[in-house]
Amino acid sequence: MTEADARPALPAAPAGRSLLATAWRRLARNRAAVAALGTLAVIATACVVGPLVSPYRIDQVFWDRIGFDNAPSAAHWFGNDPNGRDLMVRVLFGGQISLMVGLTATLVALVIGVGYGATAGFLGGRVDSVMMRTVDILYSLPFTFFVILLMVYFGRNIILIFVAIGAVEWLDMARIVRGQTLSIKRRDFIEAARAAGATTGAIIRRHVIPNSLGPVIVYMTLTVPRVILLESFLSFLGLGVQEPMTSWGGLIAEGAREMETAPWLLVWPAAFLSTTLFALNFLGDGIRDALDPRDR
Amino acid sequence: MIGYAVRRLIVAIPTLLIIIALAFFMMRIAPGGPFDQERSLPAQIEQNLRAAYHLDEPVWQQFGRYLGGLLRGDFGPSFKYRDFSVTELIAAGFPVSLQIGAAAILFAVLVGGGLGALAAVHQNRTPDHAAMAVATVGLALPNFVVAPLLTLCLGVYLDLLPVGGWGSPAQAVLPIATLALPQIATIARLARAGLVEVLRADYIRTARAKGLPGWRVLARHALYPAVVPVVSYLGPAIAAVITGSVVVETIFGIPGVGRYFVQGALNRDYTLVMGVVVLYAGLIIALNLVVDLVYGWLDPRVRYD
Repeated sequence: MTEADARPALPAAPAGRSLLATAWRRLARNRAAVAALGTLAVIATACVVGPLVSPYRIDQVFWDRIGFDNAPSAAHWFGNDPNGRDLMVRVLFGGQISLMVGLTATLVALVIGVGYGATAGFLGGRVDSVMMRTVDILYSLPFTFFVILLMVYFGRNIILIFVAIGAVEWLDMARIVRGQTLSIKRRDFIEAARAAGATTGAIIRRHVIPNSLGPVIVYMTLTVPRVILLESFLSFLGLGVQEPMTSWGGLIAEGAREMETAPWLLVWPAAFLSTTLFALNFLGDGIRDALDPRDR
Repeated sequence: MIGYAVRRLIVAIPTLLIIIALAFFMMRIAPGGPFDQERSLPAQIEQNLRAAYHLDEPVWQQFGRYLGGLLRGDFGPSFKYRDFSVTELIAAGFPVSLQIGAAAILFAVLVGGGLGALAAVHQNRTPDHAAMAVATVGLALPNFVVAPLLTLCLGVYLDLLPVGGWGSPAQAVLPIATLALPQIATIARLARAGLVEVLRADYIRTARAKGLPGWRVLARHALYPAVVPVVSYLGPAIAAVITGSVVVETIFGIPGVGRYFVQGALNRDYTLVMGVVVLYAGLIIALNLVVDLVYGWLDPRVRYD
């Protein structure tokens, strides 16, 4: 992969096309991935900017629009929820929460998984087999239920959601990074670094982790939608973020209760969540193809 | 293979113990006791209550008592449904959940396998693209979106199926379809990939060359090796169906274990939630073991070491 990174001693390595530049060009040629990227940019911008410029607050109640007269209108484009609050600003704000959980929890998973996998793979031997056996055992646990258990025991706290979901999703990452590490550590440049006196920690940080980033990036883009899904699942069950805050999952749950009289309450958040998940999946596939052309 | 099964069991038992211990001790360090929400009780009554539920014993003794109870199939009393034990609640819900789950898996294997075979036989033509588009949709849409949308279209607007409840076969259609959809998608992809590869193999060309009709080549020679990878996916599929049943039972108002679980979670009914987690963990571990053994029996190339 990027072996150029690992030869700092050479003066001025010949200018070549870097892995990322090539990957970026390949990605730009993939129409589905570009469309997905554009869609995501639009949704993310709307979710960040929308609640700021909207004349309504997420917890502002419009008393005249509680009950039957809450269909979408000129003043409230997406309609109002059963409590008379503007649905559009709530959907966009819920998107902020969903996207934020997606990114943060993925980052937590990334840090734990990469650190754990690189350490296990690099140290090898008994340490490796104990560490990976632990991962195997954790794999067989029904983690979704454990996250719910955590929510029940310790209350519904948004920080806890980030950490709990991240702590669930790091297992695959650890396996991938370990596999990468095993193949990287036998390369000559690692030997060279060791001969030059680099410590194990430094070799892992400076050489092993940067060289295993390709598959990690791919896996990360596929983790984000899964995390968003898990958070929405919790919020749907009423175990996620709490009122007056909301997320797409919570809004879908609200909408599902009222769908016979007010289907728009279900349709809007469901459309936002589905579009985002679709786009993330297409983007992930595109990035995988861009980084690993053999896979095609 | 027997040695392998025994070794897997030796790993499975401590795994289950770890799960039980985690669930149990996390409950103990959680803030708030089970009787906190109610107005404060006289000290004597509270003490009697704690004694009745053995909360006054040391934690280790309580854990031992819980483990001993589990061995006898006793999940302890429910903290919220005072008249029922957790075992009674689970026994009431489990047959229902089992029916839905088993039907969903069966449905997913049949439909998913069929779609995958269709796609593989017509590789890179319209049926293939159509089947894979369905699979992509099934994978990307979460069941808590699919379920209300299906209900809205088929139940409310077209009035074809009942929107909820439990008892008649018609009421089971939507829950089972919702539960099976993501598994159909995955199985279709796996079956397609497996079959596409098998269809390129030399022995298939030989079978064609000796003049067998296309469907016989498919049924006699290609299908079996292509189906084997699907079997290895059944373990994760079962786990996913169990997780999904929580949502589906809540949405459609089905009196299964999953709905008790959600209600217990919302009520902070510690013992009920813990009991269901332990039950599901044990179930997933056991079924994974069965699936892996069946996989080895189906595919002689798999070696256990």
